[in-house]
Amino acid sequence: MTTQPPEPKLTWRAYGSIVLDGVGGAVRSVFFYVLIGNYLGMGALAHEVGFSFWWMLLSTLMVWAAPAQVILISTLNTAKLVEVALAVTLSSVRFLPMVAALLPMLRRRGTKQRELLLPMHLTAVSVWVEGMRLLPQMPPERRIAFYNGLGIGLISGAIIGGAVGFVLAARLPPFLGAALLFFTPMAILMSSARNARTLIDGLSFALGLVVWPIIAAQKIGLDLMWTGLIAGTIAYAVHRFREARIKAEP
Amino acid sequence: MSATIADIGPILALILVGFLPNEVWRLFGLMLVHGLDEKSQIIIWVRAVATAMLAGVLAQLVLSTTGALAGIPVSVRIGAACLGFVAFLIARKSVFVGVLTGEVAVMAGAYVFTP
Repeated sequence: MTTQPPEPKLTWRAYGSIVLDGVGGAVRSVFFYVLIGNYLGMGALAHEVGFSFWWMLLSTLMVWAAPAQVILISTLNTAKLVEVALAVTLSSVRFLPMVAALLPMLRRRGTKQRELLLPMHLTAVSVWVEGMRLLPQMPPERRIAFYNGLGIGLISGAIIGGAVGFVLAARLPPFLGAALLFFTPMAILMSSARNARTLIDGLSFALGLVVWPIIAAQKIGLDLMWTGLIAGTIAYAVHRFREARIKAEP
Repeated sequence: MSATIADIGPILALILVGFLPNEVWRLFGLMLVHGLDEKSQIIIWVRAVATAMLAGVLAQLVLSTTGALAGIPVSVRIGAACLGFVAFLIARKSVFVGVLTGEVAVMAGAYVFTP
């Protein structure tokens, strides 16, 4: 351990202006519009099955995961609570590696664990993808504030979409409702293709695409978890192997 | 074990079976990296796992025959994703162009091919 000068502390004004930068980043992201489209359908569904406007809003703030919210809204009124909880938890495993990969980028010496709670909660596919792209170019002391702004901006898109969908409560033609959900895979595909700059990023993504159908066909359950572990580990092994060869060369 | 929403009300149900079972994975992620830094090998591996899972989410949405997108034939979804990706490449990696093209293609395809 070397001794370094104490970390500069941000003033509230500086913190606020970085948060606003993050919100700006969210509005420029394709995911902002994708989330509005997604949550339009979800708000309409919540209205249809009889949840209140405030329940819908609270569910976005507290859960902030589209697949888990779809499960909640569509099954909570009919299924047993235990079954709903199980389905929700199985749909959210992805957050573990996402949060684990993200937080070391935000943390500096002296960062308190509680400062990481908001970034942890705001982490969802959209915020993570944009955060992993934008944070490395940013000085470390600005990253938590920026990521919080990004998360607040994107969750606002979801809240706006959910509220408008709830109020309109128009029964979309089934194909249109499904088509709105197709925004998500498209945004994941294009953003990841743009963001993958290193071998290990590109390889783990490509392998994930190939491994998921193979795993799903085996019908063993926990498809996403196995896809992540198998494809991610192969990509990591290739990365290690290549690093070792580069080091071995004179 | 057979409790339903009628027993505890919608807000408590949201917290107990929506928020908690979902948030627990984020918390595990926070606990796992306690004391690890950005360059550590475990983090590089975890990031690869997360990226592969993201690709899995994409594959699931495009290929799955159950779930919210089930109303649209799988062939239409695959075709639309490919069209969107080609548009993305032609437009020099514009995410907006790619997403919009894929979306328009899936709507047109779903409209034409849905019985």
